[in-house]
Amino acid sequence: MSVSKHVVSLLLENESGALSRVAGLFSMRGYNIESLTVAPTHDPTLSRATIVTSGDDRTIEQITKQLNKLVDVVRLVDLTEAAHVAHEMMMIKVRASGVQRDEIQRLSVIYKGKIVDVTESTFIIELTGNSDKLDAFIKSVGDEQILEVVRSGVTGIARGERGLKV
Amino acid sequence: MELSGGEILIQSLQDEGVEYVFGYPGGAVLHIYDAIFRQQQVKHILVRHEQGATHMADGYSRATGKPGVVLVTSGPGATNAITGIATAHLDSIPLVVITGQVTSKYIGTDAFQEVDAIGCTRPCVKHNFMVKSADEIASVMKKAFYVATTGRPGPVVVDIPKDFTAPHIKIPYEYPTEVSMRSYAPVSGGHVGQVRKAVELLAQAKQPMIYTGGGVLMSESHHELRKLAQELGYPVTSTLMGLGAYPASDKQFVGMLGMHGTYEANLGMHNCDVLLAVGVRFDDRVTGEIEHFCPNAKIIHVDIDPTSIAKNIGVDIPIVGDLKVVLTRMLELLAQDSRRANPEDIARWWTQIEEWKSVKSLAYEASDSVIKPQYVVEKVWEVTKGEAYVTSDVGQHQMWAAQYYKFDEPRRWINSGGLGTMGFGLPAALGVKLAYPESEVVCITGEASIQMCLQELSTAMQYGLPVKVVNLNNRYLGMVRQWQEFQYEGRYSNSYVDALPDFVKLAESYNHVGMKIEKPGDVEGALKEAFAMKEKLVFMDFITDDTENVYPMIEAGKGHHEMRMHPKVGELS
Ligand SMILES: Cc1cc2nc3c(=O)[nH]c(=O)nc-3n(C[C@H](O)[C@H](O)[C@H](O)COP(=O)(O)OP(=O)(O)OC[C@H]3O[C@@H](n4cnc5c(N)ncnc54)[C@H](O)[C@@H]3O)c2cc1C
Ligand SMILES: Cc1ncc(C[n+]2csc(CCOP(=O)(O)OP(=O)(O)O)c2C)c(N)n1
Ligand SMILES: [Mg+2]
Repeated sequence: MSVSKHVVSLLLENESGALSRVAGLFSMRGYNIESLTVAPTHDPTLSRATIVTSGDDRTIEQITKQLNKLVDVVRLVDLTEAAHVAHEMMMIKVRASGVQRDEIQRLSVIYKGKIVDVTESTFIIELTGNSDKLDAFIKSVGDEQILEVVRSGVTGIARGERGLKV
Repeated sequence: MELSGGEILIQSLQDEGVEYVFGYPGGAVLHIYDAIFRQQQVKHILVRHEQGATHMADGYSRATGKPGVVLVTSGPGATNAITGIATAHLDSIPLVVITGQVTSKYIGTDAFQEVDAIGCTRPCVKHNFMVKSADEIASVMKKAFYVATTGRPGPVVVDIPKDFTAPHIKIPYEYPTEVSMRSYAPVSGGHVGQVRKAVELLAQAKQPMIYTGGGVLMSESHHELRKLAQELGYPVTSTLMGLGAYPASDKQFVGMLGMHGTYEANLGMHNCDVLLAVGVRFDDRVTGEIEHFCPNAKIIHVDIDPTSIAKNIGVDIPIVGDLKVVLTRMLELLAQDSRRANPEDIARWWTQIEEWKSVKSLAYEASDSVIKPQYVVEKVWEVTKGEAYVTSDVGQHQMWAAQYYKFDEPRRWINSGGLGTMGFGLPAALGVKLAYPESEVVCITGEASIQMCLQELSTAMQYGLPVKVVNLNNRYLGMVRQWQEFQYEGRYSNSYVDALPDFVKLAESYNHVGMKIEKPGDVEGALKEAFAMKEKLVFMDFITDDTENVYPMIEAGKGHHEMRMHPKVGELS
């Protein structure tokens, strides 16, 4: 069976142990985890998490079943099954002096980035979008120029009426 | 009613109808122990090691179907309990384990006897709760019992910081009558369309098998299983965990399947065309090499836990639901629809199975000079008229107990299948004896396993629990020795159990009765004598053949059709 990437979205009880149960499940059962993001929702008793994982169909089926079985997981959806938006945010600190300054600025405009900090020798550029776009930006800037990269990991939501509600 | 946190905890147990708490005190639970002292309803059994407490509660639960309750202190109390919690977890046994925790303001400071009990137990519980205030205790206890006993059962840990149980803080008490948890909703009925499909498939079978397991016991659906099997007339096999759900003495029962299953059960699996799997989890001890598993079968799998379905083996008709509900539905559908499998096909299939049976895969070499362990188990069965509760440890003796004691009733066979925990047998037997003081309770063990929780002989003395211990003493970690014989050319690395105690004297030192039996001719007499001593724990040390192996055996990487049989199979009766 072929391995594919899945974006799984969860509603969790906003309890101290809930996140470690989710993370523990992945390490205990040897499932892949590419990224995990979590934060409380507008309902403060609930947290919303997005997990990017990969595996063959049977593994993904087990992952969603096992997550559903966790007592702190209230609802779950595999976003990959239908239309959805999955974005992440990145802040990247780059070396920016002399001619590089103009070049970086142009690049950031092309990628719809935002320069959020400026010093004599550095910029911090904030960028959101799908992961491929962020990867492409990193590549365009080039290793030489990059000082630090921080990425949020993917957060996702289904398009249209579909969604995760209690 | 205004009560302290400690009192609330004990009152909650009373309101749950708990009879026994198995435990061991320490600093973090002293307030709770004081509350225990000041009431009569819940009886506390003081064990000798926290592992013993968890196994006792577990044995009590397996025999009765009720949840087992454990109380231990923080730190080492909690860590000692973990083996027993994991044992219950892998076999889906409902326990509520209360662990004391250091005073809340000291949590995270490496305080005296502090251990992260929630973190330590997380991978081996169904769920755990950290109590965050005294007024949460009652509702958390209610949830703990609810989660432990519903759906697929399992152990639940409740960690309570000491200050929340303090006697001077009184709060109003009311035990909740209902629980609702938006994140936990166990399923009940199976999908009607799927059940119908399953019944239709069953009616088309030519070479069917019914593969049953622990889930039949958990769902209390042995009556429904028996009716269904009789209605269909198909052969029934069972996992180690399901023995007794279907009567071993019934003609449709073909014995246990899997690594040490019978020839007819395993070949029946290998050659079947329709497999009805109920309350089983396709464990690797059962399936053998997955690639060879039931190559021609369409599989129906009924289980309450979706993760059990299609975890190791793909299935054709998955049914998520409570087995009792699903089997009842199947029986209804069969009553409405008279279509059945072709009787000639089924008769032909039975002829084939009888032929496999005639190989006598469980026959062993009798001896009048050395005691054969299988013979002892057969005699235990005879002497107890097949009615005893039998607990076991882990190793060859466990397999022989499973193979030669014919269980006709559910919940009589009590052993650690999933985790395979040596040390389980004796404390489990004590838990069973507390539940059923009038019944015979036997622990069939090995000289190595028994030493892992031997200290509980003292608990048995304190509470007067006259169980019978049948020690199949082969001076070896026999199961390990067997694997070393088969796979490591007889290099018996560290499997000889040197320096054994004198078990007779040891038993006597606890005011129990000890017996050493060395000759085959003495086995039956000794058993009769021991079982006649109703008021005494009798430790029977049977000196058995140290070279005996468990057969049949499916070795690693092999399928059901590749069993290793007794070298003299065919010549033995
Ligand atoms: C030394 C050793 C050798 C062993 N050799 C063998 C062997 O030869 N053969 C063998 O069979 N085992 C053997 N075992 C045991 C093996 O490791 C497993 O423990 C066992 O096979 C699992 O049994 P089970 O499939 O019945 O599952 P259990 O662990 O009993 O699980 C029960 C299943 O039923 C489901 N269930 C629970 N409640 C319900 C409900 N209400 N409705 C529907 N479903 C429900 C659960 O979700 C679960 O999937 C051996 C163990 C040891 C230690
Ligand atoms: C706690 C624990 N440690 C190790 C094992 C591995 N193990 C399985 S069977 C066995 C030997 C058991 O010896 P004994 O109790 O004498 O039984 P026998 O096989 O000789 O009947 C061992 C060491 C285990 N199952 N449990
Ligand atoms: Mg031994």
